[in-house]
Amino acid sequence: MISEKDVDYVALLGRLKLTDEERKLYTGQLNNILEHFDRLKELDTAEVPPTAHVLPLKNVFRADRTGPDLAPEQVLAGAPDRDGRYFKVPRIV
Amino acid sequence: MNRRLATGAARRKGYRGMEYETVIGLEVHVELKTESKVFCHSTTGFGGDPNSHVCPVCLGLPGVLPVVNRQVVEWAILLGLAINCRIASFSKFDRKNYYYPDMPKNYQISQYDLPICLGGHLDIEADGVKKRIGITRLHMEEDTGKLVHQGTITTTPYSLVDYNRAGIPLLEIVSEPDMSSPLEARAYAEKLRQIIVYTGVSDGKMEEGSLRCDANVSVRPRGSTRLGTKAEIKNMNSFRALQRALTYEVERQIGVLEEGGRVVQETRTWDEGKGVTLSLRSKEQAHDYRYFPDPDLVPLVIDPAWVEEIRACLPELPEARSARYVEKLGLSAYDAGVLTAEKSLADYFEACLALYPEAKAVANWVMGDLARLLNAAGQSVDQGRVTPERLVGLLQLIDRGEISGKMAKDVLEAMFATGADAVRVVREKGLSQISDEGAILEVIRRVLTENANVVADFRAGKDRALGFLVGQVMKKTRGQANPDAVNRLLRETLQEQG
Ligand SMILES: [Zn+2]
Repeated sequence: MISEKDVDYVALLGRLKLTDEERKLYTGQLNNILEHFDRLKELDTAEVPPTAHVLPLKNVFRADRTGPDLAPEQVLAGAPDRDGRYFKVPRIV
Repeated sequence: MNRRLATGAARRKGYRGMEYETVIGLEVHVELKTESKVFCHSTTGFGGDPNSHVCPVCLGLPGVLPVVNRQVVEWAILLGLAINCRIASFSKFDRKNYYYPDMPKNYQISQYDLPICLGGHLDIEADGVKKRIGITRLHMEEDTGKLVHQGTITTTPYSLVDYNRAGIPLLEIVSEPDMSSPLEARAYAEKLRQIIVYTGVSDGKMEEGSLRCDANVSVRPRGSTRLGTKAEIKNMNSFRALQRALTYEVERQIGVLEEGGRVVQETRTWDEGKGVTLSLRSKEQAHDYRYFPDPDLVPLVIDPAWVEEIRACLPELPEARSARYVEKLGLSAYDAGVLTAEKSLADYFEACLALYPEAKAVANWVMGDLARLLNAAGQSVDQGRVTPERLVGLLQLIDRGEISGKMAKDVLEAMFATGADAVRVVREKGLSQISDEGAILEVIRRVLTENANVVADFRAGKDRALGFLVGQVMKKTRGQANPDAVNRLLRETLQEQG
């Protein structure tokens, strides 16, 4: 069981502001999900290797070669705030 | 007596008579010198305007697909082999999630539970004591961007961010907590750097940030098997700073315990100017990284044949090279150690040997006068103007008797300063040694006439008088006379006259 306190903690990590209603709603929904995992846990997976990726792919590489970088205006086009060619962010701590 | 006790630094007695042991583990980050970043084609070039070496992948824009640089994987395996790790047959990338604007996507791609290399070791020597330091793991990750504050991070009204460094490939090498003194920690870090530079995967420059050391430090009462609470020390920008910071931190922790306090688990930063470690109490320390496999990157399956291919590319490492110098070239262990300390110096030494196969003579010049000039100029041997060809040219002039060994020192100095070859320096400075016996004899006769009383002393059996006469001849020839010839001719002349 996860509590509303757990939901608050997860919200903090995700930088989400929750209303009381949302907190209750997500606590219920997350508990439903976890219950489902409890059911999955009943399966015997002793012989099943853990999955690291959903696609049956491995060793996809690129060669060590450079390519074109973005133009300065493109780089900063989506930035909420800037100072010259820097991104500008609010005080961190 | 315990071998380790001999190092002295391993234990320290508190004033209440309690003895403490130090436990240190190091995390070393090394920046690889690839052309492009680890997961995209942006350049790793140094400098450039802020945010000019970025693309949608390293900016973390939605919908992009990172693909790992093959060179990064191969160099991770190469360095892993060099530090005696086993290479994992199965490895993957994970997301390390955190909120801090040095990464634009709010996570750093790293490796969590399945790193590419595991379980290695390095043999170090500190205070003449040899010790094996375990290596827990080596993994690949991406570097973060650079933050620019106005003043300090806590007082700045805002911060500026440059993502040029974000996505530059790093290898992180985590040691076991096997070091029991700051000196051992330094020896380990220096040895690791030496091997990194030998493998050629990084230039390993600590001052420029391509090699970074963080340390986990704790102390405990001697004999205790439980680890004390550790502090993590950051921001040590040289090997000297590493040793100083750890020495300070060990004393600080013992001080806390001696006063009945408790060491707090925290991150501390080394303040080089003040010579202290300072607590970094900030929200940043509430870590919960929620690692999970990065769904954008597929796993690595490394078959033994690939590992063997890479192993075949391993260069001769410092220990092997040093042993070869002792066994094959007949150098002393000390000389071999000095010559192989830096790969560039050993390469230079061998380039000289290829032209002039007198190992001891070359070693003496390389480690002596040349090293002194390089140190004074703050240059490494590959930056200097005295190429192997030129040093050998100098040695050949000595062999041919054209200059004395003593004159050669001055010639080397001029070669170093001007970049000229030995023959030219000798000609331009008029330094050529006088081997013409007629010219020397003329000077000898003049000296004997001017110093009749000394000659009388010599005849009266005072051997020291001969030395004086040799000195006078050398002085008159401004040191250019061949000393062997002077000695011989002087004796002959005295005999003839006597
Ligand atoms: Zn990029």
